[in-house]
Amino acid sequence: MKIIKHSFDGVIVGAGGAGLRAAIEAAPHMKLAVITKLYPTRSHTGAAQGGMSAALANVEEDNWNWHAFDTVKGSDYLADQPAVDILCKEAIDSVVELEHWGLPFSRLENGKIAQRRFGGHTVKEGEAPAFRACYAADRTGHMILQTLYQKCVSMGVTFFDEFQVLDIKIDDGVCRGVIAYEVATGDIHIFEARAVTFATGGFGKIYKVSSNAHSLTGDGPGILYQKGIPLEDMEFYQFHPTGIYRLGILLSEAARGEGGILRNKDGERFMERYAPSIKDLAPRDMVSRAIATEISEGNGAGPNNDFVYLDLTHLGAETIKQKLPDITDFVRTYVKIEPINEPIPVQPTAHYAMGGIPTDVNARVLSDASGTILPGVYSAGESACVSVHGANRLGTNSLLDIVVFGKRAGQSMVDYVSSTKPMELSDNAAEDLTNKIEKLIEKDHSLEFSVPRIREELQDSMEENAKIFRTEESLEKQTKILTDLRDRYQNVTISDKGKVFNTELLEAIELEYLLDMSDTTVASALHRKESRGAHSRVDHVERDDENWLKHSFAFKNGESVKLEYKNVELGNYEPKERKY
Amino acid sequence: MDVKVNILRYNPETDRKGHWEEYILEADPDERILDLLHKVKWFDDGSLAFRRSCAHGVCGSDAMVVNGENMLACQVLVKEVSTPIKIEPIRGLPVIKDLVVNMDSFFDSYKKVMPFLVNDSEPGERERLQSPEDRDRFEDTTKCILCAACTTSCPVFWTADTYVGPAAIVNAHRFVFDSRDNASKQRLEILKDVDGAFRCRTAFNCTSACPRGIQVTKAIEDVKRETLTIN
Repeated sequence: MKIIKHSFDGVIVGAGGAGLRAAIEAAPHMKLAVITKLYPTRSHTGAAQGGMSAALANVEEDNWNWHAFDTVKGSDYLADQPAVDILCKEAIDSVVELEHWGLPFSRLENGKIAQRRFGGHTVKEGEAPAFRACYAADRTGHMILQTLYQKCVSMGVTFFDEFQVLDIKIDDGVCRGVIAYEVATGDIHIFEARAVTFATGGFGKIYKVSSNAHSLTGDGPGILYQKGIPLEDMEFYQFHPTGIYRLGILLSEAARGEGGILRNKDGERFMERYAPSIKDLAPRDMVSRAIATEISEGNGAGPNNDFVYLDLTHLGAETIKQKLPDITDFVRTYVKIEPINEPIPVQPTAHYAMGGIPTDVNARVLSDASGTILPGVYSAGESACVSVHGANRLGTNSLLDIVVFGKRAGQSMVDYVSSTKPMELSDNAAEDLTNKIEKLIEKDHSLEFSVPRIREELQDSMEENAKIFRTEESLEKQTKILTDLRDRYQNVTISDKGKVFNTELLEAIELEYLLDMSDTTVASALHRKESRGAHSRVDHVERDDENWLKHSFAFKNGESVKLEYKNVELGNYEPKERKY
Repeated sequence: MDVKVNILRYNPETDRKGHWEEYILEADPDERILDLLHKVKWFDDGSLAFRRSCAHGVCGSDAMVVNGENMLACQVLVKEVSTPIKIEPIRGLPVIKDLVVNMDSFFDSYKKVMPFLVNDSEPGERERLQSPEDRDRFEDTTKCILCAACTTSCPVFWTADTYVGPAAIVNAHRFVFDSRDNASKQRLEILKDVDGAFRCRTAFNCTSACPRGIQVTKAIEDVKRETLTIN
């Protein structure tokens, strides 16, 4: 296997919003490389639709404290409040900065950035829905990704496109670099770098019905987990209420922010029963549970009573065309119905990981539950858990998270690089990885141990046993299934033995990350005997602040998962019953 | 139903040139062409190479030629195309393996037109203002996802790969008509060049190919006209 060595001060893994924002901050101050398994503009930030919240007060009175209150309440009080303050306070400058870099926000008549309503965002701590989400039609994420990439192009940032990082080198507790696989050639690249940021996004592909891209396989969290770094709050996985029926393609909450209504088979606006004050604009965990409940009680529509309707028919063709053009196009393309005239079949879809690599507010990775910092390693965006989203993220706060904490990751890299000396990696640093790849290539292929078979069973079983509603029984059952899948994975085989664009090989390696993400999700969910945010235990329906106002840290312990806990950092807002 | 799919295969490690392979697949009419490719890769031949990520038409990874026309494999359903379904890589760029082409020259052309906002004036603490009307002038071209469906459908590009191509001009348009940008003149100087906008022969292939519905040919015409206004 050909091995090529590079020497950088810093490496950023992933070129979505968080990675690119970190790059903009770090590139002027060091020799930096951004390594991405896709082309940067293919990253899943581009699929985000509805908006990015900031208390700009362009439409009505607003301030960042209200935004912080909503975020904490939305998180079911599991978010760390000092971190939430940073998120909401820095939101304002972050939006303005993106505008200055060219982001084409939609505009109000007076020329200011337009803002819309979104789930869980209110004025005056719950009084009424707030116009807080800054948007560019329903393609805000696309515009953020393009703008950040454009800025990187203008700065001459160095990219390694279609290089997949598969290992990190940490010696004596200090980061020395990463090892990457060049997709087009199969060559192995050793990147010396003493500062490494993981901005690899989420892992929605552990579920069958998901809004996530095929590439969202938990690479960053998986690489670190296998090195003994814990993963935080993995039991909190968000299901977005409105995925297109069966396909899971996201239909933005902006549809409800603009006035769209959820209806059951009888046409009833059922959210009035679940969240009397803000109805369809309740946070995602509540709306997804409401839909799941409607379906389980027989109120779902269709021959199998297994979906509900998102009704936009009263909004009018002009509003739909101006404000929701993309999502209505998705409906026309994939469902072949006209959303101006007909309600859209939807069901909850796996969407966002609140959990991930534990970090402090400066994106520095923590190696244990007591807050020990792992020198030189950073994470931001969906791969990280700061925690600003707690047990349930509010819509629009992920696009905010990637720029606020992406920037902080970049700053931390600069601080670290300027106070440390270059690290060297030996020429055999890639040995572990090359052995792993050679083993995969050499093994004879057998269908029973093929990647798609194991992955499909993984996704089907996670969908069945560890989705919106969970019980001890379903989670125990899933633990056993995962043990069996893990055993089979030890014998995984591939048919492609070539070097050029061998994506079957990469899918095999990604499958291990998916298994790691599933193991930690299920173990954390099994141990948390309460219901909070997106984690709903049918056998423990109440939130239990006395015992569970804490973050879980899941460690790899041989073939099993070991859990530790860390208290939530409170602030201005005492935990209260969460009603809307 | 059974669907017959023909894919133009090429593996540089074993083949001297491309060849057609036929697959008979059990498929639902509502499935995407991308789903068919996954069926081949996952349950028949794991070595089949193609790019894909979001699977719903926003990341731009899976532009390919289906029954002779450029499209995103994730955006077209089985019931919308005639059978047998013929799938080939996009044209005019070197094939790496199967449906994967080398995109380097495509992104080089994109970078040539200064695809970023240039405005050196002090912006102040808040956003620059822009009226909804001014914002609308470049709305259409902000939608570009750099999938290369337009550029690789262009007959001029097929014969002259030095031509910057429709996608680069679309991305220039996005800034030339942005009231906040100050570098239109420099961009238009670049596009006045022999390999710039005037190479376009208005074949409209690009407009038909664009999976985002951008009026690509119109954008090129807008840029050509604007070019005439600079000295």
